[in-house]
Amino acid sequence: MIELVDVYKGFGDRMVLNGVSLSLEKGETFVIIGMSGTGKTVTIRHIAGLVMPDRGQVIIDGVDMTKSSPRERARIRSTMGVVFQSGALINWLTVEENVALPLVERRAHSRQEIADIVHEKLRLLQLLDAKDKMPSDISGGMKKRVCLARVLVRNPAIILYDEPTSGLDPIMSSLISELIVKMKHQFQVTSVVVSHDMGSAFAIADRIAVLYEGKIVECDRPARIRNSDNPIVQQFIHGEIHGPIKVD
Amino acid sequence: MHSFSLQFGTALTAIGERLIDVAVFSGFTIVLLMKSTYYLKNIVRRRREVFRQMYYAGVKTLMVVSIVAMFTGMILTLQTGLALKDFNLEETIGNVLIATLTREMGPFSAAIILIASVGSAMAAEIGTMKVSEEIDALVVMSISPVYYLVMPRIVALTIMLPVATIYVDVLGVIGGAIIARSHLGIPFDNFYAHVMESLHFKPVYVGLFKATIFGMLISSISCAQGLRAKNGALGVGRATRNAVVASFLMVLIVGYYITEMFFGKGL
Repeated sequence: MIELVDVYKGFGDRMVLNGVSLSLEKGETFVIIGMSGTGKTVTIRHIAGLVMPDRGQVIIDGVDMTKSSPRERARIRSTMGVVFQSGALINWLTVEENVALPLVERRAHSRQEIADIVHEKLRLLQLLDAKDKMPSDISGGMKKRVCLARVLVRNPAIILYDEPTSGLDPIMSSLISELIVKMKHQFQVTSVVVSHDMGSAFAIADRIAVLYEGKIVECDRPARIRNSDNPIVQQFIHGEIHGPIKVD
Repeated sequence: MHSFSLQFGTALTAIGERLIDVAVFSGFTIVLLMKSTYYLKNIVRRRREVFRQMYYAGVKTLMVVSIVAMFTGMILTLQTGLALKDFNLEETIGNVLIATLTREMGPFSAAIILIASVGSAMAAEIGTMKVSEEIDALVVMSISPVYYLVMPRIVALTIMLPVATIYVDVLGVIGGAIIARSHLGIPFDNFYAHVMESLHFKPVYVGLFKATIFGMLISSISCAQGLRAKNGALGVGRATRNAVVASFLMVLIVGYYITEMFFGKGL
């Protein structure tokens, strides 16, 4: 369903991705872990078609995003949702208006239908009390949940999560993790999750990929990652200062 | 000698890079303007945003536009009036003032105020949205940022700049009338008669045409700078500054060529 083939990407003089290859099946929850600045977010931005690789292929549902027309890319994107790290809410719209935005602009539903769908997603994410608030009046964690609600109203086949649990309290973090699992079981949603939260990663992942210096150094099921004999993987998942990963 | 060549080469490279930047930005802005024209078909759906932007450009800047307009008229009248007084021609100050305001100072003053207050805010707002991934969020939701953000802003400023120009012209004349009365001893009715004598159709429509073009230029340059912002708050600051400088230069350059086009061969 999602395939990255030997993807290279640099910004200025700095190479961020150095030949990333990965392949995801439909309905799989794939978690990418790794140090900050190793290219995790850049990887999901490639999948979302927000960034084009310098070299390599990004294939979604059989369509090569690097060679497709803008119209084709837009069609593929319409099957996707991205939960951004910052929430990326439109700051002059209320929480409710932000969640309704993709439906209002798509014009496929009546006003009442939109109101019902939005109400349902706000309830699911425990945001009903905040529906009339502006993004500037809610916490960072709440913004992330609003962003997730905005993604869910579109019923996407693929959801990309950029640090979905960072900045959330443990209860909300569990709620989001549970929701990711629920999306997989109920709607066969394919999820790519970028995370630093090891607990959440091991709880939700079907497979985990460890990214280091722009390359995937290990990609396997959570249990095998936990028992990996790769010292980079072990150092990262145990959060050790000393090891092959040099801390600046 | 070697060091000089190296420095010269570096300077030449920097100039080349800057020129390429300017060319790329110009192309980006023209494409943005063309895309906005395409999305005009959706203007009814985006009317709320157009009115919101018109409110920001018109109502929110009313105080500063009023002050600048009054003082523009007062300064022009005082400086020119005193010079004309030496030739006993101070009565014609009304003619001079209305000609200056409608042809040049009205659209120019309105443009400068809106560059500083609205253009800079547009660049900062869209730039902030760009660096905080809001633009990416729109793209992923299959909502074109040009349709959603840029087109309403260009339409709003293109409408509001001629309106602000008429307002500047009227208040400028009022400011001029006050100074003509107090410093040059010209009664209001006399001043008004001279203003009406030189109020011709061509300078007015050329001035409004200029203002329309200025509105389009300022908004598209400001939105383009915002959309190209990167590197966090620093990038937003840079985009805002670039938007103000580029808009100001374009208003001067394009303003000259419009004047040349309509008045180059006489009035």
